[in-house]
Amino acid sequence: MDRVEFLHIAGQRAMTRAVGTILLSLTLTAFAAGAQDFNLVIRDHRFEPAEIRVPADKRVSLYVSNEDATPEEFDSTALKVEKVIAGRSKALIRIGPLTAGRYEFIGEFHADTAKGVVIAE
Amino acid sequence: MLGALIIVFREVIEAGLIIGIVLAVTRGVPGRGRWVGAGVLAALVGAGLLALFAETIASAFEGAGQELFNAGVLGIAVVMLMWHNLWMAGHGQEMAASMAEVGKAVSAGKRPLAALAMVVGLATLREGSEVVLFLYGIVAAGASVSSLLLGGALGLAAGALFTALTYYGLLAIPPRHIFAVTTVLIALLAAGMAAQAVQFLDAAGLINIMGQRLWDSSAWLPQDSIFGRLLHTLVGYTDRPTELQLIAYVVTLAIMAAMTWIAGSSRRPRAV
Repeated sequence: MDRVEFLHIAGQRAMTRAVGTILLSLTLTAFAAGAQDFNLVIRDHRFEPAEIRVPADKRVSLYVSNEDATPEEFDSTALKVEKVIAGRSKALIRIGPLTAGRYEFIGEFHADTAKGVVIAE
Repeated sequence: MLGALIIVFREVIEAGLIIGIVLAVTRGVPGRGRWVGAGVLAALVGAGLLALFAETIASAFEGAGQELFNAGVLGIAVVMLMWHNLWMAGHGQEMAASMAEVGKAVSAGKRPLAALAMVVGLATLREGSEVVLFLYGIVAAGASVSSLLLGGALGLAAGALFTALTYYGLLAIPPRHIFAVTTVLIALLAAGMAAQAVQFLDAAGLINIMGQRLWDSSAWLPQDSIFGRLLHTLVGYTDRPTELQLIAYVVTLAIMAAMTWIAGSSRRPRAV
């Protein structure tokens, strides 16, 4: 392939990538704006608050901040979430839409203390 | 110690079930131990690296890095399983018809072995990185390393025993049925993985449609019970599936069935 053709293809690829990035960020931004946000903290291997009330039938964002030095796994089959949160870092967990009810979650790495529940109403 | 035992066992049985199936599928194939071993070994190294870079991965793609990574890993595994079944439908069946030993039929081609070794590797990678992070967390919290190692070793041993049970259980199937049984097992395995993959894409925020749950069978068979977990890995059982998950499951099964049928029927005239 000659140089011009190569540059053309490279240009096309860069363009595709750029469009992809824009689409992804648009989706994510649209999402962040439409969803409701809730904050959670993991401290001494416990969730604070341990009970979160969220609207039913809506997509919701949980911002979980792990203040412990050790990693934790936010785990809930009810919420369909399995996400590792490194020590001293934050994670965004998207849940819902949820039918009204109680949805329990645990920190799998410290299951005896790290327990919480999402109540959709 | 008990905590380490339970977590390690739980993660090992998920990978172990897949390793057991792959070993049964490839029985009698020369060099399969090397391939599967290499898959597991590469995955263990990868799991360590993955744990090391967990934070970097998680914060990539505006916080959706972990979900996208998981969806990618599952997606590749699904494609590898499809490739294996397609290959077996095209070559395996007619060879088995002319040869007494099923193993010899499969040994004629190494390609499915590479695909299956990759599936084993990907399964081990996902579960392994969780074990590494968990064990690291315990050590960092100052728990005694010896009790941790003992718990981890016992969990690993129990998981390995379970893998062996899966393997020998499948070996009890008569050779003339083994093609049909493993083809169905692998199709269900792939369908379950596809359903998991779309859920990760949903969690990443890439897919925002059909997230409504279809039913809730958690009261009868909770997915986090041991039996629920086994069914989850084996046939993709989910106690609260979304519409999209069911579609991904059915579509994957349909693709697998169509591929097997087409590959099988194009060969049939020669076999008869």
